[in-house]
Amino acid sequence: MNRDSAGREVSRSRRGFLNTLLSVSAIAWLGSVFYPITRYLFPPESHEANVRSVKVGMVGNFEPDSGTIFKFGRKPGLLIRTPEGEFRAFNATCTHLDCTVQYRQDLGQIWCACHNGKYDRAGNNVSGPPPKPLEEYQVTIKDGEITVSS
Amino acid sequence: MTKKPVTKALFKWIDDRFQIQDLVEFLRHKQVPRHGKSLWYYFGGISLFFFLIQVVSGILLLLYYKPGEDSAYEAVQFITAEVEFGWLVRSVHTWAANLMILSAFIHMFSVLFTRAFVKPRELTWITGTLLLFVGLGFGFSGYLLPWNELAFFATKVGTDIVGAIPFIGDSALQLLRGGEDVTGATLSRFFAIHVAVMPAIFTLLLSVHLIMVQRQGMSEPENWKKLPEGDKRYMPFFPHFLLRDLLIWIVALNVLALLAILWPSELGLKADPFLPAPAGIMPEWYFIFMFQTLKLIPAHVLFMEGELLGIFGFGLGAIVWMLLPLWIGHKVRSSTVSLLGILVIIYIVGMTIWGFLV
Ligand code: HEM
Ligand code: FES
Repeated sequence: MNRDSAGREVSRSRRGFLNTLLSVSAIAWLGSVFYPITRYLFPPESHEANVRSVKVGMVGNFEPDSGTIFKFGRKPGLLIRTPEGEFRAFNATCTHLDCTVQYRQDLGQIWCACHNGKYDRAGNNVSGPPPKPLEEYQVTIKDGEITVSS
Repeated sequence: MTKKPVTKALFKWIDDRFQIQDLVEFLRHKQVPRHGKSLWYYFGGISLFFFLIQVVSGILLLLYYKPGEDSAYEAVQFITAEVEFGWLVRSVHTWAANLMILSAFIHMFSVLFTRAFVKPRELTWITGTLLLFVGLGFGFSGYLLPWNELAFFATKVGTDIVGAIPFIGDSALQLLRGGEDVTGATLSRFFAIHVAVMPAIFTLLLSVHLIMVQRQGMSEPENWKKLPEGDKRYMPFFPHFLLRDLLIWIVALNVLALLAILWPSELGLKADPFLPAPAGIMPEWYFIFMFQTLKLIPAHVLFMEGELLGIFGFGLGAIVWMLLPLWIGHKVRSSTVSLLGILVIIYIVGMTIWGFLV
């Protein structure tokens, strides 16, 4: 048995119970303050539907041996026309640290300016820091119009 | 001190209510040791001065700046092209940011070399390192605000690194960017952090730091302490040291004005997420040494991703550095401390130069 400040005996279990009650409510109180704040800090999911395919233009608009950035939803895509006239499309986001890549005619490669990363025309990382190939999209051509889809 | 009757009456009026006589006595008797290394004492004050400049110029910028994907770049353009002396205010803000970080670095190393961080000044050192980290955060968050190409990609890269942290990386990235990508949402966040969160934290830390410095007085270098009492020379803090401080602030202001006028900050092109990254993407100079180190670490080290190793390395390094007075006490020889300081400086300066060259 413990004594309280006035010297009365207080049962240990009653004190323990009160302490637990107090701690639990303190934690609940902190939670009810910080939970909403934390949730608030995370932005809500965007309601924009994820784009699965886009039309990027007519075959005739693209020179052989050239690259063009197009909008793939909110992300940049890169459409390449090889010197042989074939089309390939990639996610233009560098697999290293998120910069946007470009096609370099003089190198015949896809190049990232941020840290001099290089990919070949098939999107394979060939030199510099990029750890993985670029994500490739499907290209379909119907009636001369190019469609890129993931 | 002879006071004119009005001043005297005013002083008495205040003293009657707040008892400031003690404070005046304290200031009058406060002494600063005088020796060959005195010059280094001023860098703390210079950092403070540049921070005050940042507060003033930052508030001036706020009067015209509008955060937002469609307005930030245009607002900064408006400030520099149309507002009278707007280019100067912006240039002062950019230059003073750089000078503040530079002088804080110098201040930190001079504290290290004079061994002023050991007991009883551990907490002063710790708050000081925190101030430097918050200063770096100021620079990082401010860099994005003009929403130009360079800042856009530098921020993409800088925040993407955070995403590499295991388990919490994705959430941390979301939290920092306000979404998956660097967008207008990121800009709003960085703006709030730059003009509200950071100033509040910085001011709090700075007050604690300065109160501790005032309370403990300035440290006395070892060999100076060993001098016989008669050979120790002091300088009264008030007014001598303070006046010199002011004099140096004027010099600092002139240097700042010269730099800001001769090399006004540029704006470059507006950020466009649908343009490839231009050549010459670089973080601010004070991040380059970390950046260069990350570049040198191979993609995979044993079972770990290289970047991850780098981030952990720097995180750990920062903590060890911040808690330096816990590992290094009076018993450690000063030559060891100096060696440590010199090695760290060589590393930082060397990596920075290397980073600029490649
Ligand atoms: C209360 C204090 C501060 C306020 C209210 C403030 C406000 C602002 C505003 C409105 C801008 C956007 C305008 C522009 O980009 O030209 C800005 C930019 C910037 N701020 Fe601050 N700032 C403060 C302190 C600081 C500090 C302490 C630092 C650095 C250590 C800093 C570094 C920067 C940088 C590097 C930029 C980008 C400048 C540019 O390229 O235009 N700021 N700040
Ligand atoms: S982000 Fe492309 S090489 Fe680093």
